[in-house]
Amino acid sequence: MLVSYQWLADYIDLSDVTPEEVAEYLTRGGVEVDRLHRYHNGIEGVVVGEVLETSPHPEAEKLTVCQVDVGENTNQIICGANNVTKGQKVVVALPGTILPGEKNITETTIRGETSAGMICALDELGFSERMLAKSEQDKIVELPNDTVPGSDALEILGLNDVIMELDLTPNRPDCLNMLGVAYELSALLDRPIHLPENEHGVIRKNAADHITVEVTNGEDVPYYGAKVIDEVTVAPSPLWLQTRLMAAGIRPINNIVDITNYVLLEYGQPLHAFDYDRFGSDQIVTRRAKQNETIRTLDGQERTLFEQDVLITNGEEPVAMAGVMGGAFSEVQSNTRTVLLETAQFDALRVRQTSKEHGLRSEASQRFEKGLDFERIPEAAERAATLMEQITGGVVLKGTVESGELPAFEQEVYLNLGRLNVRLGTELGVYEVETILIRLGLEVTDIGEEWRVRIPSRRMDITIEEDLIEEVARLYGYDHIPTTLPTGARSAGALTDEQKRRRKIRRYLESTGMQEAITYSLTSAQKADEFLINDHDQGIRVLMPMSEEREVLRRSLIPHLLDATLHNLNRQLANVALFEVGTVFFPTADENKQPEERLHIGGTLSGQWYHYAWNGEEVPVDFYVVKGIVEGMLQQAGKEQKAKFRARKRDGMHPGRTADVIMDGEVVGFLGQLHPAIQEERGLAPTFVFELNAATVFTVNNEELRYQPLPRFPSIRRDMAVVADANIAAAEIESVISEAAGKWLEDIHLFDVYEGENIEEGKKSLAYSLLFLNRERTLKDEEIANIHEDIVAALKTRLGATLRH
Amino acid sequence: MIERLQELEAEGLAAVRASENKKSLEQVRVQFLGKKGAITEVLRGMGQLSKEERPTVGQKANEVRESIQTAIAEKTRVFEEEELEQRLEKEEIDVTLPGRPVQQGSTHPLTAVVEEIEDIFIGLGFSITEGPEVELDYFNFEMINLPPNHPARDMQDSFYISEDTLLRTQTSPVQARTLQKHQGKGPVRIICPGKVYRRDEDDATHSHQFMQIEGLYVDQNVRMSDLKGIFDTFVKQYFGEDREIRLRPSFFPFTEPSAEIDVTCGICAGEGCRICKFSGWIEVLGSGMVHPRVLELNGFDPEVYSGFAFGMGVERFAMLKYGIDDIRHFYTNDTRFLSQFQHL
Ligand SMILES: [Zn+2]
Repeated sequence: MLVSYQWLADYIDLSDVTPEEVAEYLTRGGVEVDRLHRYHNGIEGVVVGEVLETSPHPEAEKLTVCQVDVGENTNQIICGANNVTKGQKVVVALPGTILPGEKNITETTIRGETSAGMICALDELGFSERMLAKSEQDKIVELPNDTVPGSDALEILGLNDVIMELDLTPNRPDCLNMLGVAYELSALLDRPIHLPENEHGVIRKNAADHITVEVTNGEDVPYYGAKVIDEVTVAPSPLWLQTRLMAAGIRPINNIVDITNYVLLEYGQPLHAFDYDRFGSDQIVTRRAKQNETIRTLDGQERTLFEQDVLITNGEEPVAMAGVMGGAFSEVQSNTRTVLLETAQFDALRVRQTSKEHGLRSEASQRFEKGLDFERIPEAAERAATLMEQITGGVVLKGTVESGELPAFEQEVYLNLGRLNVRLGTELGVYEVETILIRLGLEVTDIGEEWRVRIPSRRMDITIEEDLIEEVARLYGYDHIPTTLPTGARSAGALTDEQKRRRKIRRYLESTGMQEAITYSLTSAQKADEFLINDHDQGIRVLMPMSEEREVLRRSLIPHLLDATLHNLNRQLANVALFEVGTVFFPTADENKQPEERLHIGGTLSGQWYHYAWNGEEVPVDFYVVKGIVEGMLQQAGKEQKAKFRARKRDGMHPGRTADVIMDGEVVGFLGQLHPAIQEERGLAPTFVFELNAATVFTVNNEELRYQPLPRFPSIRRDMAVVADANIAAAEIESVISEAAGKWLEDIHLFDVYEGENIEEGKKSLAYSLLFLNRERTLKDEEIANIHEDIVAALKTRLGATLRH
Repeated sequence: MIERLQELEAEGLAAVRASENKKSLEQVRVQFLGKKGAITEVLRGMGQLSKEERPTVGQKANEVRESIQTAIAEKTRVFEEEELEQRLEKEEIDVTLPGRPVQQGSTHPLTAVVEEIEDIFIGLGFSITEGPEVELDYFNFEMINLPPNHPARDMQDSFYISEDTLLRTQTSPVQARTLQKHQGKGPVRIICPGKVYRRDEDDATHSHQFMQIEGLYVDQNVRMSDLKGIFDTFVKQYFGEDREIRLRPSFFPFTEPSAEIDVTCGICAGEGCRICKFSGWIEVLGSGMVHPRVLELNGFDPEVYSGFAFGMGVERFAMLKYGIDDIRHFYTNDTRFLSQFQHL
């Protein structure tokens, strides 16, 4: 909503309140002023001029040499407009003026004739050209005859006005019109409001003799009123009316249409003017549209209607889509003599649907959608009739032809002073609160402990006590509400165990050198099927996706992490190590139930894992780098013993460099190298990935952590190199050794893997370091020797492996 | 003989001075002090001396021996020091070369903001509650006072996946769920961080996916002044002690009265600048007293309980705090962007 400061000043005395102050009052009161617009940023020296003489330019056919009285002087000004005539009052920009668009006016000579100033058109003064009425295009402004040469023309044109752009919240449709804003400002400033006086003469003829109104769909059209104004002269509106409409963002058309728009802005009541003689009948009938019925609307478009559209018809043909747009043939034209004026209430939902389905949002439809102040419905028609009488020379026929009834608005809300003070934390007294309610224009009755407050129809948003508490609070000023801390029982806030663990895992992954990424949950159908930990039937699709890239909920974090990896690679950022902790989504049997949401931890790594540039030390990312990160993560959660890794072939993954992570017999994740074919297809470098179901890592081990005393006896270290078939997994060898070694084996680790010279073809050598410890006593050498023999025997019988000598 | 010894001392000391390295010094030692050395030789001739002369000569011989020994020892130390010096000189390295890098990752700025805000509210006695990202219409809209056909819940604005389920458009459903879980008994003090989704075209200031933190405080006799107090504390902790807040009346379907909370602009300290549109204030969150209908819908008696609720955009906080100009950066994961938040 665009609000003119000068227009507001018609209703409230603003002589000592600047536009900036008005904006501040409104904003702090809850009606936010987004910005202030000024047409004339510092334009000075634009005055009224009277054209005293005109003569054709001796050297240029299209130019006129004018002698113009500009107050103290008479200037010779050359003018190119074809509507300049002697005796006209015009707008003159004197030399020294800077017009919008950095246009400098200087005294010049045009083909031998001096020109001291410029006679202006509206668009040269800052109005946008597309806002101008057709009648004002390509011509100089003609000012009213009673203007005085030399006086400030900006003021006469309203160009010294300031326009406030309101950003309204949906609960305040009352501020979608000038009177509503005026009421608001009157409450905020505590100043009286002066409403327009609508008194027009009436002639003897009855409107009811000229038109009838029949509503066949009362729910859609609770009220319909029609007035008839005769003997109008359609012409361009006076300048003041045109500039006010333009300031509000509405283009002037002609005086009749402009008046309906003016009243729309002023009262918030949409009106429609039909040409009575072109209406096609003397009856107004409202109904729903028929199948395939069409209408040619004001904008010249032929529209096919839907059956739920509400229509105004002449009994046969539609003349308007109710509340949305009028029809073409009954439009007011330059030779219209009699106007049929509609003021009505249409069902908000119907208007909303029709305007949406036809893509027609207008100033009128918006207001119907938000609900009207129905006490103003008849009043607005009186206002328009008054203006038509004054501006178009029309005569108003007696009465309004009506159908339906406007209910009396009876809304009462109770307000209790005690509750108000408890809710706000204030100590307001009876007088303070009552004064505020009265300033708001509410009718207040004191009934002992509380007030009975009668709500006017313009403030239908006030329905419960809390609404009144807000009204009092905002007028009292939110700033004046004290600042306190809650007095209720205290409680310590804390993270849950899972939340702590999630933070810990994030910190762990960051400590390895990985960077946390966050990617989108919605992905393409293709990506939603990639890199799944376990097979599932399908992803969950949104009903109205915005694009193919964002139509299915992700089931793996890897696809978008790969996208991010590629993004970096394309920017010469080759070393990428990203992880994400995020939700993935799986369908449940009932599509109206929520899907299953699981938290996953995923990662992608590419390029150098370790790079010590100046001494050439480089460790490219490989399978074991990723495995180390995953193992560390399991260790952080105390799950390293439970988790097993098993080779597995997976779609999209390198067949020989991929492993499942298995816990309690279930596949809970995987890791490995991207399949070289996929890597090439996507333009990636060798890339390694992992993804785990976070539940496996985040669920807390319920066993309490107990300290283990440090050993008091020495431990004994023994190394052994095992030669086994190359295809036996290291994990298997280790588990055979561990089992055979028994309870005194404190630690085992692999320190060398070797294949090649000195080792039989098809075999490999793995060297282990074993640490033995007995916590009760010192171990004897022969005990260790016995264990060693047991291990050798087990390796031989179970794996056919021998010791390397 | 005394004279001879005096000569030897002079010769020996000269030889020590003249020796150029440990090896020549050793030769000097053997020459003068060795078993077959010059001094020993002199001493051998002691037999010819008289009883009276012997102690004097013996003493002199010891003096000379000690003198040369001391000289050798000193000279040895000099040689050793020189050697050490030379070795250390060879060991010199360029200390300005870069050190061995230690792997360092980074926290995503949105996570950093969420965790920082969580910690402040934990300190104020709140706990962190989370909920599903795909929600029932019932919790996402109905239970927070947005009945069907409410203009604020246009199908066009949300990602529905079926008639009843959608990607949540705010984290408020977590509040409704938590209230219902409490079965009408307060206090409830929670904040709910999480991802939310709206059908917005992605551009510099819009994202179809973003993060929100909403909060709820319900107890007996909670006042609007408490809302001011909590946020005054929060804002001072998060943005800085010198920041002030101001409340402006606003509208949300789930609160009444409602307020936008502004914070004094950090760029201009409230003087007015381009960032704050010359108002000196920056809007940071929406809040208000919980609408009695919301309490009622979720099983709380509005005659007994009251509360306040609030919501803030995590991206907006991060953009304000770190001066980030494009919301898409958060989801592109450019490592040059992520690395800038390493110290968080
Ligand atoms: Zn600022």
